[in-house]
Amino acid sequence: MRRPLRYAALILIVAVVLYPLVWMVGTSFKSPEEIVNNIGLVPEHLTPGNFAEGWHKFDVGFGRFFVNSAMVSLLTVAGNVVSCLLAAYALGRLRFRLRGMWFAVMIGTLLLPGHVLIIPQYILFRNLGWVGGDWPYLPLLVPHFLATEAFFVFLMVQFMRGIPRELDEAAIIDGASPYRVFRHVILPLSRPALVTTAIFSFIWTWNDFFRQLVYLSDLKDYTVPVALTLFIDSTSESAVGPMFAMSLLSLVPVFLFFVAFQRLLVEGINTSGLKG
Amino acid sequence: MRARRRENLPGYLFLGPWLLGLMAITAIPMLLSLYLSFTDYDVLTPLSDAQWVGWDNYERMFTSDPAYWHAVRVTVTFALIAVPVKLAAALGVALLLNRAFRGVGLFRGLFYLPSLLGGSVALAIVWVSMFNRDGAFNSLLALVGVNGAPWVNDPTWALETLMLLAVWQFGAPMVIFLAGLKQVPAELYEAAAVDGAGAWRQFAHITLPMLSPVIFFNLVLETIHGFQGFTSAFVLSNGTGGPVDSTLMYTLNLYINGFVRLEMGYASAMAWVFLLAIGLITAVLFRTGRFWVHYSDSEGQ
Repeated sequence: MRRPLRYAALILIVAVVLYPLVWMVGTSFKSPEEIVNNIGLVPEHLTPGNFAEGWHKFDVGFGRFFVNSAMVSLLTVAGNVVSCLLAAYALGRLRFRLRGMWFAVMIGTLLLPGHVLIIPQYILFRNLGWVGGDWPYLPLLVPHFLATEAFFVFLMVQFMRGIPRELDEAAIIDGASPYRVFRHVILPLSRPALVTTAIFSFIWTWNDFFRQLVYLSDLKDYTVPVALTLFIDSTSESAVGPMFAMSLLSLVPVFLFFVAFQRLLVEGINTSGLKG
Repeated sequence: MRARRRENLPGYLFLGPWLLGLMAITAIPMLLSLYLSFTDYDVLTPLSDAQWVGWDNYERMFTSDPAYWHAVRVTVTFALIAVPVKLAAALGVALLLNRAFRGVGLFRGLFYLPSLLGGSVALAIVWVSMFNRDGAFNSLLALVGVNGAPWVNDPTWALETLMLLAVWQFGAPMVIFLAGLKQVPAELYEAAAVDGAGAWRQFAHITLPMLSPVIFFNLVLETIHGFQGFTSAFVLSNGTGGPVDSTLMYTLNLYINGFVRLEMGYASAMAWVFLLAIGLITAVLFRTGRFWVHYSDSEGQ
């Protein structure tokens, strides 16, 4: 296809793809009257009122929801990075009995749909007394400290296979134990894989809904996605502005990650299944 | 190089957390859910109160619960349409981007953005509002004199708007296609051009066969993903699967039975059938893949 034609096609597709996002931003800054009357993308009068109204729309402010979401997301990142790194080092670099079998099991859990496990897990956590109570986040967090996100284990195993074996061999000949090799060779060299895991853990947890919906039942414990669904109940026209304003705010962290790590996000994870 | 000794102790120490997770978070719950699928259990009482009912849950699912079959139909329809359209869009845009030109990185990034945001509640809310009776889409239609349907409130169109939301997130498979296209040797195209093959023949006889492993990879991934759609259907219908059950996706139906009606035994049976169905579909995909996936190195066969 000739160059001008290619550009024209791409710009048209970009316009269609970005339209919903631009419309969301525009609507967030429109007054209730303008939302009904002005169908254009750009508001005639920029009004920040939707943000203040949405923020205090429910008995608990959105500040609390954002803190809850940030806490769940950051702790999930910590859990995933540490536990998946440990498992990946064992599966990717150490030689021990049944390693091949455990690796196959890990690959098997990759394709296991999470929805299948949610009911028995809920029952199990409930019997442990983790559901409800003062701090209902254990069921959301504990699995991530036990490397159950097989995707990240797989990602790190693939990455570690690319680290030259000679480095381990040399260290071991020098008398280093597997623990020292882990600490001084593998850990520093695995940084790119750790960063990718951290960023995607954060974004996926921040956007996650199903599990948070199931485990969080008290308004003050809600995370942002669960709180946003409260807007759906109120169908009145006046709720659209605040609903959009809070939806927009909820996407800001993900968007910032996108701007800061665009190349890494686009190339890092999607192609990891193809390499190696 | 000397033979390395075995590292059993450190191996299992490093693998420890994962093994614990495999047992406690995955294996035991799976067995528990298999047991529960043969019981009647409402979660509010201790687990010992679960009543053994034999195959009743499965029988009810297959013979006397119209909502169940309806949910199966909705989910299969969704996956059967949304996945191929999404992959076609992804491949088409990847072909447009598969050249070195100014701004290619920016385009790629912008196309990928919906894949990062699209699964969120926030985006589903915006999407549903956009296809409301007086949403932005109908305003655009009104400009050209068309009187649009109330898409998300119309049982014939509600699922289609969710398909469109899924297709909108074509960026993730597009990036994978782009990586695959980079692997196709340029000599093949040069040789074909010398032989007088046009753009279409080059696409059909070089690009498609060379790309077939990547197409297959995307197809498996997106199909499994497509069957699990939950968030957008929940937001559109406020958790009910409406209007008139038109967006009752399998996972939403499972959620309603398990966590709203508290029929945990019945929902567990649904979960197990879901697991088997996904496994079966994946196996079928791999079977048919033999006929149309070409691996350039023979070891992939």
